Amino acid sequence: MEASRLNNPIKVHELMVQARTLEERQIRMFKANEGYFWIGGPGEEAFQIPLGLQIHKGEGRDFDFLHLHYRSAGIILAMGAAQPIDFIRQMKNTASDPFSGGRNFGNHASVRKFNIVPITSTIETQFLTAIGGGIAHRRQGGKGITITTSGEAGTAEGDFASALVWSSRPKAELPMLMIVTNNGWGISTDASTQHGEKRVADRATAFGIRNRTINGLDVDESFSAISEAMAYVRTERKPFLLEVMVSRMYGHSSASGGNLAVDEADPLAIYEKKLETQGVMTRKAMDEVRERSTQEMLEIWKKVRQEPLPDPSTIYDNIFYGEKGRSW
Amino acid sequence: MATMAQAIRMALHYGEENLGVTDIFGEDVGPPLGGVFTVTQGLKNAWNSPLDERGIIGAAIGLAFSGDRCVAEIQFADYIYNTIDMLKLAGNQCWASNGQWNLPMTVMTPVGSGIRGAIYHSHSFDSMMTHIPGWKIVMPSNALDAYGLMIACLKDPNPTMFLKPKALLRVKGKQQIPGEPELTREGEKALKEMIDAPLGDRTKWKPKWPAGLTDYTVPLGLARTVCEGTDLTVVSYGRTLPLCEEAANQLREQNEISAEVIDLRSLWPYDWKTLAASIRKTGRVLFVNEDTEVTNFGEHLLRRTVEDLFYELHARPRLLAGTATPGVGLADPLEAACVPQLDTILKAIREVASEQS
Repeated sequence: MEASRLNNPIKVHELMVQARTLEERQIRMFKANEGYFWIGGPGEEAFQIPLGLQIHKGEGRDFDFLHLHYRSAGIILAMGAAQPIDFIRQMKNTASDPFSGGRNFGNHASVRKFNIVPITSTIETQFLTAIGGGIAHRRQGGKGITITTSGEAGTAEGDFASALVWSSRPKAELPMLMIVTNNGWGISTDASTQHGEKRVADRATAFGIRNRTINGLDVDESFSAISEAMAYVRTERKPFLLEVMVSRMYGHSSASGGNLAVDEADPLAIYEKKLETQGVMTRKAMDEVRERSTQEMLEIWKKVRQEPLPDPSTIYDNIFYGEKGRSW
Repeated sequence: MATMAQAIRMALHYGEENLGVTDIFGEDVGPPLGGVFTVTQGLKNAWNSPLDERGIIGAAIGLAFSGDRCVAEIQFADYIYNTIDMLKLAGNQCWASNGQWNLPMTVMTPVGSGIRGAIYHSHSFDSMMTHIPGWKIVMPSNALDAYGLMIACLKDPNPTMFLKPKALLRVKGKQQIPGEPELTREGEKALKEMIDAPLGDRTKWKPKWPAGLTDYTVPLGLARTVCEGTDLTVVSYGRTLPLCEEAANQLREQNEISAEVIDLRSLWPYDWKTLAASIRKTGRVLFVNEDTEVTNFGEHLLRRTVEDLFYELHARPRLLAGTATPGVGLADPLEAACVPQLDTILKAIREVASEQS
């Protein structure tokens, strides 16, 4: 019931377009030397928006905690936890960057008011920090759960196995929704050359952890699968591993050029075809949404590029909480 | 007359009852063992974790993100090395988020030689740890400081690293911890009966904590002048501090050298004000620790000494540290040769004190 109420096709489409055009703008910024490095999630929108819309959002242990990886802008936009300008500011490393004050790469968000812990470049460590979130949520009870995301290549790290072990300790199971977005690639390496398991999700079975693999290119399948998994974790207070098959539309990152991979499926195009076939939106209307959003990102960029970079005298600020300047 | 292990245990108990400590965990930290050095016996929030150091540090970070305060233990510092990137992560979260997030968490781990621990139970970690900004790092040399430093860690809103010198964990304190039984044989026995778990079946055992424990705190970043002197300054911490004190006492009793000994206690932040004042007074300084000598934390203190006090020195500042070997050897002569001992400290003090420029 909750999922169907939130699954408003026009809203979902608008958010998918916003997430996509945000990534496209950041890629353009990289190519224009207006940002040093891009990594993001174009090709994951059909999963990210349904997830973001179903987060029990807020600050503190009564709400969901999110230990995300760096392909998560769509989740955060759908939550309303940040706006496109926040991401553009981080991409441009301006002093106004609300996530890191110009200290970190683009798409490395951090929003304490929405329990989004700082996204880090390290692979799979978020599956370790999520363990602590799960312990706190187990003690807290109620509705809040801990959600963590990673790519399938990162599951080769021992940290993935750690999360399976810790979340399924007998009589101490943790309310953790572990999500693996499987795009079939680890930077330049084909996953099929490195992973013998048929499904990443199968690894949870050995621990008695409920699991499922879904088509993350389909909005409605994502909505219902996330809804069911969340309901299980929220009520049973036990872990769930959800493997989501997605696309990687612009390669690993700007390090591989940030160019469109034409052989990757486009979940936005798939959804738009569905909306058009079902008569929910016309082609013209969808094109207008895209054009408007693209223009909005351009205007944001124009604004942000005028903003100052961080003052180098602040480099020692916040090494320790609330402390400014060099202390030694 | 609590041992250092008992002192830390009492501080953790105080933290559970008064400072919001929700979790004290790690390998064998909970019942029945209560820690391989008995530091966590009887604590109500102590529990056993999987044998997974990275998971332990990750769990601590996640608990801290969630607003809970925890103490995580790595059973020996030798096994903390595979968590280095997690320690780095914990240390950079406040800075990386430009001050949004803080992590109120403490990690404790036994360090150093002294129990014939061979290659993987003798590592030091002070030099490696001080390479990781964003942490406050302490290392006590006696039971009273261990109590007060742990209380300080439990009050701090940042990640704190409590390095336990394993050779001193069973050493009895000479100063009374506020609230512990009196410093007599009877008091020592009473404390043992109150808070040490019995041998054998412990399933029905519960500790009786001293009622008068307080929030006695040793502020982070504050050194202690152990004994005053005029000929040279000796700066140390952890296992080598009592050896430096003993060496200074011997040399003073022999009317040979008047050494001022300073217990650094906090490695980060460290009390440069106290160190600089002492070095200015004596014009000579020897830094002593047992970590490997290359890229040693003492080398940073040497650099600071040279840069800030060069023209006030009467002799070259020195560092006496552990050998740059892959491990600490097991055989008695090998362990003794790997890390500073009383005789090598005496020799180094004499050299620094007698050098003529």
